[in-house]
Amino acid sequence: MQAPRDDHQSYLDPILARNGHRAVNLMQILREAQESFGYIHPDAVDYLTVQLKVPRTKIEGVASFYSFFYLEPRGEYRVLFSDNITDRMLGNVELMQRMCSNLWIERGKVSEDGLVSVDMTSCTGMCDQGPAILVNNIAITRLTEQRVDEICDLIRDKVALADWPAEYFRVVDNIQRKDMLLDDGFVPGSALGAALRRGPEAMLAEVRAAGLRGRGGAGFTTAIKWESCRNAPGEAHHVVCNADEGEPGTFKDRVLLTGYADKVFEGMTLCGYVTGARKGMLYLRGEYRYLLDHLNDVLERRRRGNLLGSAILGQPGFDFDIEIHLGAGAYICGEESALIESLEGKRGTPRNRPPFPVTHGYLNQPTVVNNVETFAATCHIALEGGAWFAAIGTAKSSGTKVMSISGDCARPGIYEYPFGVTVRRMLEDCGATDTQAVQVSGPSGVTVSAAEFDRILGFEDIGTAGAFMVFDRSRDMFEVARNFVHFFAHESCGFCTPCRVGTSLLRNLMDKLHNGHGSPYDFNEIEKLNQLLQSMSHCGLGRTACNPVLDTIAKFRPAYEARMLHREFSPAFDLDSSLQAARQMTGRDDSGAHLRNEKEKA
Amino acid sequence: MSKTFTLDGKPIPFEDGQTVIQAALAAGSYIPHLCHHPEFKPHGSCKLCTVKADGRQTASCTLPAAEGMVVESETEELNAERRALTQMLFVEGNHFCPSCEKSGDCQLQATAYHLNMMSPHYDHFFPNRPLDASHPDYLLDFNRCILCSLCVRASRDVDGKSVFALAGRGIKTHLIINAKSGKLADTDFSASDRAANVCPVGVILPKRRGFAVPIGERTFDKHPIADYADTRLAQPEK
Repeated sequence: MQAPRDDHQSYLDPILARNGHRAVNLMQILREAQESFGYIHPDAVDYLTVQLKVPRTKIEGVASFYSFFYLEPRGEYRVLFSDNITDRMLGNVELMQRMCSNLWIERGKVSEDGLVSVDMTSCTGMCDQGPAILVNNIAITRLTEQRVDEICDLIRDKVALADWPAEYFRVVDNIQRKDMLLDDGFVPGSALGAALRRGPEAMLAEVRAAGLRGRGGAGFTTAIKWESCRNAPGEAHHVVCNADEGEPGTFKDRVLLTGYADKVFEGMTLCGYVTGARKGMLYLRGEYRYLLDHLNDVLERRRRGNLLGSAILGQPGFDFDIEIHLGAGAYICGEESALIESLEGKRGTPRNRPPFPVTHGYLNQPTVVNNVETFAATCHIALEGGAWFAAIGTAKSSGTKVMSISGDCARPGIYEYPFGVTVRRMLEDCGATDTQAVQVSGPSGVTVSAAEFDRILGFEDIGTAGAFMVFDRSRDMFEVARNFVHFFAHESCGFCTPCRVGTSLLRNLMDKLHNGHGSPYDFNEIEKLNQLLQSMSHCGLGRTACNPVLDTIAKFRPAYEARMLHREFSPAFDLDSSLQAARQMTGRDDSGAHLRNEKEKA
Repeated sequence: MSKTFTLDGKPIPFEDGQTVIQAALAAGSYIPHLCHHPEFKPHGSCKLCTVKADGRQTASCTLPAAEGMVVESETEELNAERRALTQMLFVEGNHFCPSCEKSGDCQLQATAYHLNMMSPHYDHFFPNRPLDASHPDYLLDFNRCILCSLCVRASRDVDGKSVFALAGRGIKTHLIINAKSGKLADTDFSASDRAANVCPVGVILPKRRGFAVPIGERTFDKHPIADYADTRLAQPEK
């Protein structure tokens, strides 16, 4: 239901009321405003400026930072194709072209009747059931040519999204291998009960004894975070769950939140118990908007069961509650300080550190930020004890790891293993054959070649956030790296010079090689840029943006050598391809409209 | 006795709470920088001031000085990387020094000279950035913006107006103006604002004042940028 075109107050007032008229909730206010009206209208910005008492620049600066906020009309139906390499391998480009020509529109532009726009977006976390799209930020999986044609009909007939076939929106868990975290026997409240019997200090000691390290990729020791936060002076401590699962190829948090939300929320509550925090926030990536109602239902059920709220399980003074904050399409918000900025209703720019979030996090208060899976693991530590947990996995990497496997394999999906499992074992389990390489931990991770398949998952060898993308020998590893470089250029926050400009320069160089203008000079330039990005960037995004290129150059050099078509420098500029705009305008594509063909004829 | 760290072997005294660049500039030692300004809180975005502190590369404008720290700045390696960053800033925008009113007073240009930048090296992006000439007294030429956010900080923190802000993301990051029209004329910006006089390049320019000081007699024509200990550009220290 859309409000009348000139009345913004009517839908904004309830949104503002729900969010306490607080500018710190700007992200949620903008999301709800857009869901009500289709985009963020300039008059709506006027009204918010007055109501939130913030300058217009603040609202526009925030809205324009996130991919899913629109300050201009983007159509009643906004279709975004997930563009991870796994979607590419499943033919997303061809399907998008089919949809564009069906609907008679150009990629990235709104149709003349204002009905629809079609574009690409970064990985939406459906790699095991792609190609995937988002329609008005709601996920649709398993696209086929037939499904594309049906969707085009639904859009042309202006059928409301709620009336589209439910099958489109079905997201399956695809759990292929279970261990402790994916075990279904968890009784909500049992871990909290165990922790209450121990007391907060003893619970912290168990987490320490467990040797638990963060599951989001960086692998920081969880007990140190909890203890530093607990000991930090502050008016209000906070617990934040990082569910901004943006690393392409990762979808295990989606499954944990779908089937194991109780465990995640209970882990957050345990952290509240240990640190003395009374407020928890789960930052859910915008791509998982469809999970919001489900998660709020679980929270409500936990409140009714006295597992959230005041005097939890009858323990006086143990007050804790959780709210869900939605992101809006920005990979950088997976970085913990950028995530906190976003929670505070700001642009998701990583902060200067020190100070660190454990002392100065949300609203400058002591804050623990942990990954979804990390919180879930603490429930098992509360139930079974730290020593039990530490005995699982390897000496340096205790516990299990939930992996998202996708790409060239017979059984993509979710696999949970104790740490120490080899890449080879995982490839066998998922039914991968003739494998050339595996990208572990997404574009910012490591490219593992066939010679390295006996390496193990663990902080002592291949640390991982959970992505495992398989490429067989038919795949071109240069194109894999090029897709990742495009991803980083798109997701750079733009704050620091090396990453803002460097990721775009790197993208342009990889495109230049792709377009057949490569020479050893460009190869040298790529290596120099990689060095600069690593040494000068503000945060991990810039520092890891060159990983896929460095790894593929080192391990798949022939894929690059094949692009060195010139011995001497050749400019990226190409006169013939720069005439493309003119060809498009005149509707001509015959040989007379091409310079190269003219030359060949002569 | 005050505490000290060493910068390229030279002892630099500092007080607790000072960053490495603050202490260095106060001691008359230049570290290249663009987004740092002594009057404003550290930003840390341009990365020109990156040094090697105890073997680790980090921006000196956000690095708290510590007793006994060993800081390297004037090394061939760091200056090569700073030069590359400066080249990036040039190709990202549209910089035509010979026709720019700020030529000779421009910190980007002076820094490029200091770092022996002989060419832009990278392919130009040639972004389309329209001018804003709406204001009666001031002109905005966004082509030259290096996103240092000094005007943002000055307008917000000193003038209390928030006339300027950064919008967009990644390579599309750009400066916006606090008006529904997006035009400077529709804001409360005035010539007496701190933000009117803080731009290190040639974005925020007064109208009807062109080439009052001839080229050749301007700030950095007289002394290279390294001779000015800080960015207030009052008098050279040496």
